[in-house]
Amino acid sequence: MMAKAYTPGLLVTRHKTHRVMRRLPISGDVKVSLGDVVTADNIVAETALPGDVNPVNLSNQMSLPPKDVVDCMLKKEGDPITKDEPLAQTKGLFGMFKTTVNSRYAGTVETVSPVTGQVIIRGAPLPVQVRAYMGGTVVSVREGEGCEIEAEVAYVQGIFGVGGETNGHIMMACEAHDQEVTAGLITDDMRGAVVIGGARMTAESIEKARNVGAAGIISGGIDDQDLKNILGYDLGVAITGREELGITVIVTEGFGEIGMAERTFEMLQNHVGDQASVNGATQIRAGVMRPEIIIPLASAPADQADQDFEEGQLEIGRTLRVIRDPWFGMIGEVSGLPAEPAVLGSGSKARVLEVKFPSGETAIVPRANVELIEE
Amino acid sequence: MSDTPAIDPEQIKVILATDCGSTTTKAILIQYVDGAYRQTHRGEAPTTVEKPFADVTMGVVNSVTEIGELAGRRLVGDDGRIISPATETEGCDIYISTSSAGGGLQMMVAGVIAEMTAASAKRAALGAGSIVMDVIAANDGRRPHDQIQRIRDLRPDMILISGGTDGGTTDKVVQIAELVAPAKPQPRFGSDYSMPIIYAGNQDARDAVSNVFDEGGFDLQIVDNLRPVLERENLGPARDKIHDIFLEHVMAQAPGYDKLMGWTGAPIMPTPGAVGDILQTVARLQGINVVGVDIGGATTDVFSVFDETFNRTVSANLGMSYSISNVCAEATMPNVLRWVPFDMDERELRNHVKNKMIRPTTIPQTREALMFEQAVAREALRLAYKQHKEFATTLKGVQQQRTVGDTFSQETGGMTIVNNMKLDLLVASGGVLSHAPRMHQTAMMLIDAFEPEGVTMLAKDSIFMMPHLGVLASVLPKAAEQVFDRDCLVYLGTCVCAAGTPKPGKTCFKYELSGSVNESGEIAGGELKLIDMGMDDRATIALTPARGIDLGAGPGKKVEQEVRGGTVGLILDGRGRSLSLPEDRATCQKTVQGWLDSLDVYAQEKEAVAV
Repeated sequence: MMAKAYTPGLLVTRHKTHRVMRRLPISGDVKVSLGDVVTADNIVAETALPGDVNPVNLSNQMSLPPKDVVDCMLKKEGDPITKDEPLAQTKGLFGMFKTTVNSRYAGTVETVSPVTGQVIIRGAPLPVQVRAYMGGTVVSVREGEGCEIEAEVAYVQGIFGVGGETNGHIMMACEAHDQEVTAGLITDDMRGAVVIGGARMTAESIEKARNVGAAGIISGGIDDQDLKNILGYDLGVAITGREELGITVIVTEGFGEIGMAERTFEMLQNHVGDQASVNGATQIRAGVMRPEIIIPLASAPADQADQDFEEGQLEIGRTLRVIRDPWFGMIGEVSGLPAEPAVLGSGSKARVLEVKFPSGETAIVPRANVELIEE
Repeated sequence: MSDTPAIDPEQIKVILATDCGSTTTKAILIQYVDGAYRQTHRGEAPTTVEKPFADVTMGVVNSVTEIGELAGRRLVGDDGRIISPATETEGCDIYISTSSAGGGLQMMVAGVIAEMTAASAKRAALGAGSIVMDVIAANDGRRPHDQIQRIRDLRPDMILISGGTDGGTTDKVVQIAELVAPAKPQPRFGSDYSMPIIYAGNQDARDAVSNVFDEGGFDLQIVDNLRPVLERENLGPARDKIHDIFLEHVMAQAPGYDKLMGWTGAPIMPTPGAVGDILQTVARLQGINVVGVDIGGATTDVFSVFDETFNRTVSANLGMSYSISNVCAEATMPNVLRWVPFDMDERELRNHVKNKMIRPTTIPQTREALMFEQAVAREALRLAYKQHKEFATTLKGVQQQRTVGDTFSQETGGMTIVNNMKLDLLVASGGVLSHAPRMHQTAMMLIDAFEPEGVTMLAKDSIFMMPHLGVLASVLPKAAEQVFDRDCLVYLGTCVCAAGTPKPGKTCFKYELSGSVNESGEIAGGELKLIDMGMDDRATIALTPARGIDLGAGPGKKVEQEVRGGTVGLILDGRGRSLSLPEDRATCQKTVQGWLDSLDVYAQEKEAVAV
């Protein structure tokens, strides 16, 4: 018991059975049946969202008391209306000098308020289509709601991303996990691809990848200043996924000059040419959501995962990554788990562990500042 | 309010209280020992609201079991319930709880005029312990369809609508209701649950508002107008209704809460609402003005009680982990770095900040990293307090009688009621303040960020006990106050801060201490000094300020007052107000280093980890 502690980690695995839930925002039609085999681009469900709501204050526009508006309506509640079609008309004086108000919106008259003289026009329904996102088999269908798709996959959880769901075939831009991604490494044939880099990706390389039409770009790190330049604003809170950048960007390790974990890089390298589904959506609040790279496999590999560690348990020999300076980004092995808290350089007292880096050097690090690399 | 079983306060000798937070459930035991209530034991366990447990009572039982083991008192029975009433060896007389699990209470508020009824509605919601997701007002500058889109995008737990004084505008209020109804906002929890709407506006518009929400999907509740006349707020009924709905609807949707509600001897309160209550109770009982702050990873709450008027604000994106990047963006990096007495590479720093944001649980390992985090904390607190001051105002829209003298200083009404010179006690809580390796650091962060003036006591919440005491105050105010003073607060000491612009190097004020400590001297402009005064030390301080310097009695006027010591001591601050730091980076670093040295803020630790 003494030598174990729980610490969170990001999942990187050569094989797992993965399920994705595809759900409509409101009830609609599910287009697939149980057992169907789908590709990432297949539409699995669709619906129409209620249209935009446009209030029109007729009382003001016609200079009438609100209660008189109802009698002036040329369209009643529930009537459809097109843009510029007459919506209401005043009675005028002896049938003359009538004021007509034309609708500035197309849609349906939803309500007419005798209290405020306000009319609500609901715009045309907005179609919503949900794609499969990940190729696989439909394993459950919830009528009117959505479906669940399952596949045997290789899976990488990133630490941070921007941009939403997309997919493409894997192409390597870098030859090593610690190679920086520069614009020169991005080529025209990367159109539609999920491009894999190594260490820090520069703003120019991301810009170029977007220009050649790559679906996504994934690498170990990024400079915050470059992220700011790409987004056009300084990201304050880590809730992302809705950016419309034309490319999904995923960082696997963190901000700064940091190489992708070697085994992550090698794993992605082994899947060159394979289709991958990627999503940059990140939410770091209660109910954490991390970006992901999903690579559906043709079949489950014969050799199962080579781990015999309990998930999340900190034990001597486990591989971990230090996630805070002064050793930020370095990967090593747990070489000691002292039970007693120690005083850190900052003066705080905290539970620590000893980590041994590949160079043979060891360091004492707070347990809060490491992350297990799950394999 | 909900029905509460009658409790005879005289019979309560053993009190068990829990606070179910998003991640941790914290339990404390309060016992009547030697004629006074004291907090005796504490325990904690992970909160079990999320799957796979999905039952909050499991975390409660775990934390209570831990206390039971420490106290040698059986608190949980074989049936898995808390044993009550107490006997000599087991159980408690009353069990109470607060909750912020599941992200706390999230509300949207609406009113007619942003600065008037909408501001009053926001005050009611914040005072009840809610997070206010947005404020919709007829004059908020957004077009109606943008407002509706916003309402559609939000998923609040409930909506509070106000607007119009009684007998005033009705159509504007109904117009607001007409924006909310077609947007059909969806509640956060449970699709089979109707969105609760509290209407607390012009009573003449009640029928019309009811008609708007007639269509279904809403649970409309009508309470007294929260701004019956422009000159007066009546927030009580709206706040009570918010608490009722919180219990009946929101909490009831959270896993295990129906069970927990059956266990408690007083209604479960939202955590920040309870913190506000204890601060109000203490301010009332001791006749003092209090400011409390709780800085978390994502948000910073500021509470104030000035002349018995309570205000609370939540700065949603000012925090030390999830929101750290936002603090740096809002405050700007040069403002953060002015508190750091050495050079740091800005590009690297930006990356550090983002790395903390994406891995919020990490802690600073080096002294430099700690100093940088504490610099960020100063800015987060400064910004949160600024927002608080702007919000905690006298009522806007009230006609004020003016004299000829006012002609030259016309205010549009709504002046802040936060007055640092009248502040008696500043209470800190939240990780970066309460877990700072040295309490000197906590004191320094508080003084730099809040800039208290005159004589102010500084304290921190020892183990984040204020929520528990807030609920206790609703049942047994005396016990709550006793525990607050004896066990909850750790007094850091007293600070004496000069307001005005002292001349650097010239006398700012003279002081003479008599009592546990006898000492006299003078403080120069720009100087900081720490006088050793322990927890039990009390002294009378006689202060003689220089011309133009105010220490509480007016510029240049003498002050004599009792001061208490604490874990840090007595801090004399001659830097002036508002605090200004040199523009030039090198001079600024030297100045800040001087301040840190004079208070011994970052004393060298002897046992730093050898690597």
